[in-house]
Amino acid sequence: MTTSRRARAATAALALAAVLGGCYNTGTVILLPEKDGRDTAVEVKQGKDTFVLDKPYAAVRQMPAGPLPYTADQKEVDARFGAALAAQPMRAESFTLYFLEGQDEFTVESKEQFEKVLVEITKYPVPDVVVVGHTDTVGNSQFNDDLSRRRAETVRTKLIERGIKPENIVAYGRGKRELLIKTADEVSEPRNRRVEIVVR
Amino acid sequence: MPTPIAPAFRISLAVLAVAFTIPAYAADIGQIKIAKGQVTVERAGQAIPAMPGTRLQTGDVLRTGADGSVGLTMSDNSLLSAGPNSVLSLDRYEFDSTTSQGQFDTTLTKGSLAVISGRIAKQSPEAMKVRTPASILGIRGTEFVVSSNDD
Repeated sequence: MTTSRRARAATAALALAAVLGGCYNTGTVILLPEKDGRDTAVEVKQGKDTFVLDKPYAAVRQMPAGPLPYTADQKEVDARFGAALAAQPMRAESFTLYFLEGQDEFTVESKEQFEKVLVEITKYPVPDVVVVGHTDTVGNSQFNDDLSRRRAETVRTKLIERGIKPENIVAYGRGKRELLIKTADEVSEPRNRRVEIVVR
Repeated sequence: MPTPIAPAFRISLAVLAVAFTIPAYAADIGQIKIAKGQVTVERAGQAIPAMPGTRLQTGDVLRTGADGSVGLTMSDNSLLSAGPNSVLSLDRYEFDSTTSQGQFDTTLTKGSLAVISGRIAKQSPEAMKVRTPASILGIRGTEFVVSSNDD
């Protein structure tokens, strides 16, 4: 009889789960499809066995008898990991804004761009912002350290004025140490006169 | 111009500057971004409130109840989120934001965990590890889910 057989199977499965939970450590690992198509893999070591998961939905389940490699699907991911995935924070984003030569004032384009950056930042429920100032190679190190710090601090102040909490914004300068465009010393290069804003 | 920084934060910055000379914002290893239902952080034997904005430290243990889930963003941009009935320990975390070198070890004692790895795993394969009682996962820059002691 179909009904009773199904009922018996369900009971058996539950009993098995209880035994596993009590006596053994079990678990499942599933590699998820990568959004940006990066080369990725997880290496799973269980005792003397090693499995490399390197394709979307490649999975391994640890059983008392040993690891069981298989291919999972989105349905299983949703059922088993739906709550964990729903709590996943937003990915970090980074933005670059540019300055007028020797100043801590945005270029015209970056002044507009700043408004868009602000919109992106306010999408984060608890934004954590890092502002790093940079310069081109015109001037000595001391001058550029000061200028880069001033650029970062100016942006930090603007963010605070627009409602981002001060304790959630860190700003510092890197002078001319991290050029976006490599140049010789004393070269005026607009693309190096910038701040990088990371929000996460 | 004056930069208002909370006193506690300023102290930890000073300590770090002396100890490691790494950039200031590595003072916190990460932050709780999402907390639903029952979530607690155990730190040095004390339970502290877990809410969006709570800063994390090495050694913290996060626990979620039957209705709980929690999402963390680490300073290397790794994202970790745990589902209900989970116990997640942040065993070790070192990150140099200038070189992206670091080490990140966590243990999922039970429950479920979703991970998007960040700059540590991208810079050095095998520098990020997730342990469960049954296995050790070496992360090579990736997005995955793991459960421990499945029901």
